Amino acid sequence: MSFKSLGNPFDGESDLTHGPGCSCPICVFAREQAQAEYECSETELTAKLEKAVFEGPDQPQADLSMQPVETKQTSVEDPNSLDNSEDVMDRVIESAIVRSMFGHHEPSRRQFMRMVGGGTVAGILATMFPLDAAKAAIKDSLGKPEKTKLKIGFVPITCATPIIMSHPMGFYDKYGLDVDVIKTAGWAVARDKSLSGEYDASHMLTPMPLAMSMGAGSTAMPFRMPLVENINGQAIVLHVKHKDKRDPKMWKGFKFGVPFDYSMHNFLLRYYVAEHGLDPDKDIQIRVVPPPEMVANLRAGNLDGYLSPDPFNQRAVWEKVGFLHTLTKDIWEGHPCCAFACSEKFTTELPNTYGALMKAIVDATAYSQKAENRLEISKAIAPKNYLNQPEAVIAQVLTGKYADGLGNVMNDPKRIDFDPFPWHSMGVWILTQMKRWGYIKGDIDYKKIAEEVYLAADATKIMTDLGYAAPDHTYEKYTIMGKEFDPDKAEEYVNSFAIKRT
Amino acid sequence: MLQSLNLRAALVSIGLLVVLLGVWELLNRPPETSEALTEYEILMGGADQEARVPPPSDVIRLAIDELSNPFYDAGPNDKGIGIQLAYSIYRVLTGFFLAALIAIPIGFLIGMSPLMYKALNPFIQVLRPISPLAWMPLALFIIKDSETSSIFVIFICSIWPMLINTAFGVAGVRKDWVNVARTHELSALRTAMTVILPAAAPTILTGMRISIGIAWLVIVAAEMLVGGTGIGYYVWNEWNNLDLTSVIFSILMIGVVGMLLDLALSAATRLVQYEE
Repeated sequence: MSFKSLGNPFDGESDLTHGPGCSCPICVFAREQAQAEYECSETELTAKLEKAVFEGPDQPQADLSMQPVETKQTSVEDPNSLDNSEDVMDRVIESAIVRSMFGHHEPSRRQFMRMVGGGTVAGILATMFPLDAAKAAIKDSLGKPEKTKLKIGFVPITCATPIIMSHPMGFYDKYGLDVDVIKTAGWAVARDKSLSGEYDASHMLTPMPLAMSMGAGSTAMPFRMPLVENINGQAIVLHVKHKDKRDPKMWKGFKFGVPFDYSMHNFLLRYYVAEHGLDPDKDIQIRVVPPPEMVANLRAGNLDGYLSPDPFNQRAVWEKVGFLHTLTKDIWEGHPCCAFACSEKFTTELPNTYGALMKAIVDATAYSQKAENRLEISKAIAPKNYLNQPEAVIAQVLTGKYADGLGNVMNDPKRIDFDPFPWHSMGVWILTQMKRWGYIKGDIDYKKIAEEVYLAADATKIMTDLGYAAPDHTYEKYTIMGKEFDPDKAEEYVNSFAIKRT
Repeated sequence: MLQSLNLRAALVSIGLLVVLLGVWELLNRPPETSEALTEYEILMGGADQEARVPPPSDVIRLAIDELSNPFYDAGPNDKGIGIQLAYSIYRVLTGFFLAALIAIPIGFLIGMSPLMYKALNPFIQVLRPISPLAWMPLALFIIKDSETSSIFVIFICSIWPMLINTAFGVAGVRKDWVNVARTHELSALRTAMTVILPAAAPTILTGMRISIGIAWLVIVAAEMLVGGTGIGYYVWNEWNNLDLTSVIFSILMIGVVGMLLDLALSAATRLVQYEE
């Protein structure tokens, strides 16, 4: 993600309309003017500035009587780095105020800034004009959430990182929301509690809103998925006794666990073994097992392996009962996993709340994307209130520096990654696999369903508002274990597999 | 003699406990670590994660820790054991008393009227053997509130033993007592309250005692399923963390509270006991 660059209004060299180093006649003239040396005393300067402020077109007198507030100096000291959406917003507001002081006349603003220095102006301006209060007022007016007290469900796995960390790290507060994140025993419960309105929004698996909206495995209910939580972040774990059976062809008769039928875990495991010539319905057994039970079942010898969400893959290694056979990242680099979902009703009835919530999640996702923040996040989400797991296990998952259970220390920073954009092509892929394994039958309008459920347009809007770059298309091709997937040819893709149920 | 029997029994109990805990402790000692760990070993959690049942000393340490601050509240997913137990007890008692409110009058009706007995019996026979947890998905869907749903599950499992025992107790009241009431020309309500209720009370309370036992069994499972709060959620949360020490501790707490509930009702039963 990249940030939009906004010129610093206190910098005489940058042009807020033309950009720095512009060579149009106005800018050249302004630069020439600046050659002239100019000195003035502090009092003269204050007088000049006061004049500019008081005679500015739309600054009410009342505001000026307010207590002086400390300015944010960061934007002056480091003009080109805007760390987050808040800074971008602050910059926009500062710009508007400064420009209005000069009647939107760029050359005079630049001349003035060069004469007296941006830092001085910012300092004096702050003593006379409540810049921070103005910033807060303007940000609020962008749409106050209709409902601020929210309940969001999560299943305690690392996939839910952005949803969880937003609570201890204050991302919800930042957008004026008072959110309780509620630990949920499983996805079916998360779905039922979302339907009953007990949860305003919830952590789900990316295939779930598709399945629910189509009525696969349940009655049809319209659910919406505006954002993806995480990409990658799963693994195939085998019992330590199978250390010498690294070739999937030797897995005939194995018993595997997956956390849910409509999950990427199930589809990726099926895809993986089928690519190695095993029929997932005949040659191996796939059972739905809750993740914590997977580790216990692995220890008891009830399961030979599983494809499950972290931290339970790393936990099996930590418990010395399993090893990481392969990361799902190595099956499909960048595959989607978990999602942020809510009912259609929530999106339409509480648009500002929905927007603020999305902003918090997008922001948290961007924050967790950065490798340097991952240790801090591990610390924040490990306690009992959130994941309730040893911090050392969470840190291995999030930082990608981990023990594989075979005696090696691996380093793979993209082991789990975070990217909020709900690609329609991901939805289409999931639908092709549901069709392939017989979860859905008949003719399917892949793109129509994907576009209805995966709200890419909302994601684009929020990401753009916050200053993150959103993709300008919603379909792309993927290469999964060397085989190309083209969302335009979904039906051909389904038919191209040798092992399938249709 | 009785005094010394009690004393000897207590001594045997304590002796058994000490032997049991001693064996358990000795069989599950944490492995010693002496050498410096390599990076790989640190990432593997060193030696202390070897699969073993936690020794009683660990459990006792945790119990002291948890019980010294049982009512802390660190957010919706992390509350002290006291708060969790209070949630569970509240749900059990609410469901239980709601069930009593309905089961006892209907039990009276069935016990006093052979017609109603025959009419309602098929329903009772079909509904009674249904596992309380089987109601959970339906309850969640209809009631749309997990809190009320778990109370409903307690309600539905508590109702049958109370209903059947009340009916049995009422039907079993000695005929001469009812006849005496009749000769005194007491009204039906008066007969029920002054003659039949006291006579059937011990049976009714036995039914209530069975009910609360089942309710306490069910609430743990229900909370594990739904999550949120309660001792069942506590167990599930620690199970998620594969933390056997906490699981053993909570099992003990469930046992202690279950025993206290049962003791309370057995004391109530003794209050209404009478000698013929």
